[in-house]
Amino acid sequence: MSRFGRARLPRGEGPWPWLAAGSVALSLLMFSGLLLLLAVRGLGHFWPAPLSLVALEDGRLLAGQVVREERLPGGAGRERLYLTANRDLDGAIWSWVAVDEIAEESHPRDLVVLERTRWGSFHGRLLALEDAAGRVEGEAAWQALQERLGELEALRRERAHLRDRVVVPLVRRLERGADAALAAELGAANARIRQLQARMGGTRLLLESVDGRRLEQPLEQVLRAWRPNAMSAPRKLAAWGHGVWRFLSEGPRAANTAGGVWPAIFGTVLMVLLMSVVVTPFGVLAGIYLNEVAHQGRFTRLVRIAVRNLAGVPSIVYGVFGLGVFVYGIGGTLDEWFFADQLPSPTFGTGGLLWASLTLALLTLPVVIVATEEGLARVPDHQREGALALGATRVEMLTRVVLPMTAPAMLTGVILAVARAAGEVAPLMLVGVAKLAPQVPVDGEFPFLHLEQKFMHLGYHIYDVAFHGGDVEAALPLVYATALLLVLVILVLNLTAIFLRHHLRARHGTVPRR
Amino acid sequence: MSVFPSPRPAAGGPIIDFDPAACCLEIEGLSLAYGETPALRDLSLRVPRHRVTAFIGPSGCGKSTLLRALNRLHDLNDEVRLAGSIRLEGQDIHAPEVEVAELRRRVGMVFQAPNPFPMSIYDNVAFGLRLQGGMRKRQMDDIVEWALQSAALWDEVKERLGSSAWTLSGGQQQRLVIARTLAVRPEVLLLDEPASALDPISTLKIEELIRNLKSQLTLVLVTHNMQQAARVSDYTAFLQEGELVEYGATDTLFTNPRLSRTENYITGRMA
Repeated sequence: MSRFGRARLPRGEGPWPWLAAGSVALSLLMFSGLLLLLAVRGLGHFWPAPLSLVALEDGRLLAGQVVREERLPGGAGRERLYLTANRDLDGAIWSWVAVDEIAEESHPRDLVVLERTRWGSFHGRLLALEDAAGRVEGEAAWQALQERLGELEALRRERAHLRDRVVVPLVRRLERGADAALAAELGAANARIRQLQARMGGTRLLLESVDGRRLEQPLEQVLRAWRPNAMSAPRKLAAWGHGVWRFLSEGPRAANTAGGVWPAIFGTVLMVLLMSVVVTPFGVLAGIYLNEVAHQGRFTRLVRIAVRNLAGVPSIVYGVFGLGVFVYGIGGTLDEWFFADQLPSPTFGTGGLLWASLTLALLTLPVVIVATEEGLARVPDHQREGALALGATRVEMLTRVVLPMTAPAMLTGVILAVARAAGEVAPLMLVGVAKLAPQVPVDGEFPFLHLEQKFMHLGYHIYDVAFHGGDVEAALPLVYATALLLVLVILVLNLTAIFLRHHLRARHGTVPRR
Repeated sequence: MSVFPSPRPAAGGPIIDFDPAACCLEIEGLSLAYGETPALRDLSLRVPRHRVTAFIGPSGCGKSTLLRALNRLHDLNDEVRLAGSIRLEGQDIHAPEVEVAELRRRVGMVFQAPNPFPMSIYDNVAFGLRLQGGMRKRQMDDIVEWALQSAALWDEVKERLGSSAWTLSGGQQQRLVIARTLAVRPEVLLLDEPASALDPISTLKIEELIRNLKSQLTLVLVTHNMQQAARVSDYTAFLQEGELVEYGATDTLFTNPRLSRTENYITGRMA
């Protein structure tokens, strides 16, 4: 910040102040535009949009949510894209409709949207709900459906809990050595799960699409049901919040095209934290050595230049290095020494959380070194001499005076490293990210943090959803939402570090200008 | 009145022939170079105990270099080459058995710009004590209070010992630095233009402090300001281009310099 800065733009100094201010304004505008786009497209996805019943002039009927409208080529009117769902009935979930051909568009309150585990969503009407006890129809069927969905949700939660907390750890323990007691325990848990599944089944919904085709839908495949046209604004808001929460807290479904991103959030944060834990001491020590200990000769200068250049090496190169050295080299050796009984299936000899963190630590090391060095260079020599003149040794001078003053700069380095690491995708593809790893690498099983496991990452999730899903149009809202989330995660990580830095500054003060 | 003999030049150089028993520091044949650039040439000087000795001379004459040699601050600079000997109370400070940290405790230093550490006032004064370790809180409190009183700062800061040292004014900061140095009980206090960054009032306070402190320790003062040297010092050494030109009792040197080079400098007629 210039000490000659002014509150207002100066007049009579030519175009330069305006140019400078203009470039700042443009950057801000582009950045807020980016965030706005991500927020609107991403968060809008969770809003229960109204469901239109469209009657066409040729007599066809369809129920869909308006996605967008486009001008037909050659000025021949406009065309509207509807999300009509019902992949099992129509084979597609999108319909382009010429606006001129629409005879009538209405919003009947009895139209339902069902979110299902198979075939995507359903748009249409609920005719009846059947189970062993009998059949209810009409409005009573809707009430019964709401109740059943609540019960189903509780059963699902219980099943997931059993699977994650009981069955999976048991299986893992059994893999290490068979044990009759454990096997019996596992059998009991599996029986309990089967029992839960039996309670889930047995109920069927009778559905009808707006053009009259009927469908029997097992209830256990239905996740949520709502009538968007009958919902009040507060209820829509509640449904939106619920949707956002599910997106944040649940694992992905249907090959990542639906469901939430919780494992990816967890994986990203955990990997970045591990990386910071590794890179901070290394970078700080290297910076201290270069600036305080090493003889300031030609070789040190050369090392310094090399470190700065390392920051410019493309990240995929680090990925290749990580794959060759960490995964195959060190990981392979570890497997031979400690996990020989499990070979040929690798334990550490394949990509995993540890190798990804180490690779990213290497990638961000130059950032931390450079920031530390700059921080050290900013500590005035008279502070060092003051400490020495009081009888401090060099180590005491460094730890008691210089390093506390440098801590904010080091944290700035870590902030930059976190920002860079959290957004990297390319090297991760080589050293440990997974398309689907619903189990987060932290659990109640010893050693609690499973460094060898593969993990999900928000950045890779974006790439996967956008380019490897079948339907890009359907995936786009999730891509936007995930991208927004990635930005927010980095923001939160950075804010934590900034808060820490501020706290340190408040304690030690800033280096005064002289 | 003085216990010291009237200074008179020794043969072969302007060393003053103090009784060695009354000397705190003895510098003999000291030469120092930064790389290829000589800064001090074959300089010999004795500094009397419990007196204020001032080094004066034009910028770049080597007076600060000489001062920093006295507590081996040059050790940090790989480029510095040094010959000759410096003895503190009869012991060569470059002897291998001398620990440099211990030496610097005995020979404290105050720099031109006030350099309090980014800590509280109390922590600044206690810094050197904590380095030595093994001191009770109560004892440390007493020493901190004593040091701040010796530096004539206690009354101004006793209510806010916990606030940052950087909230003090420049003059207060410099006195804090002096208190910090006094707290480790040095035998010698080196002052490198301690008042050059301060206003006249603060300068007067520092000068008064210097005069009061000589009952406790030996002071060596580097200054640009000839009036200051005349006001506070007992002995003055005039350096030029790395050589000791003239060294004598301050009164004599300023009123009746032996050499015309000295006279020209102190009367402002530099060639």
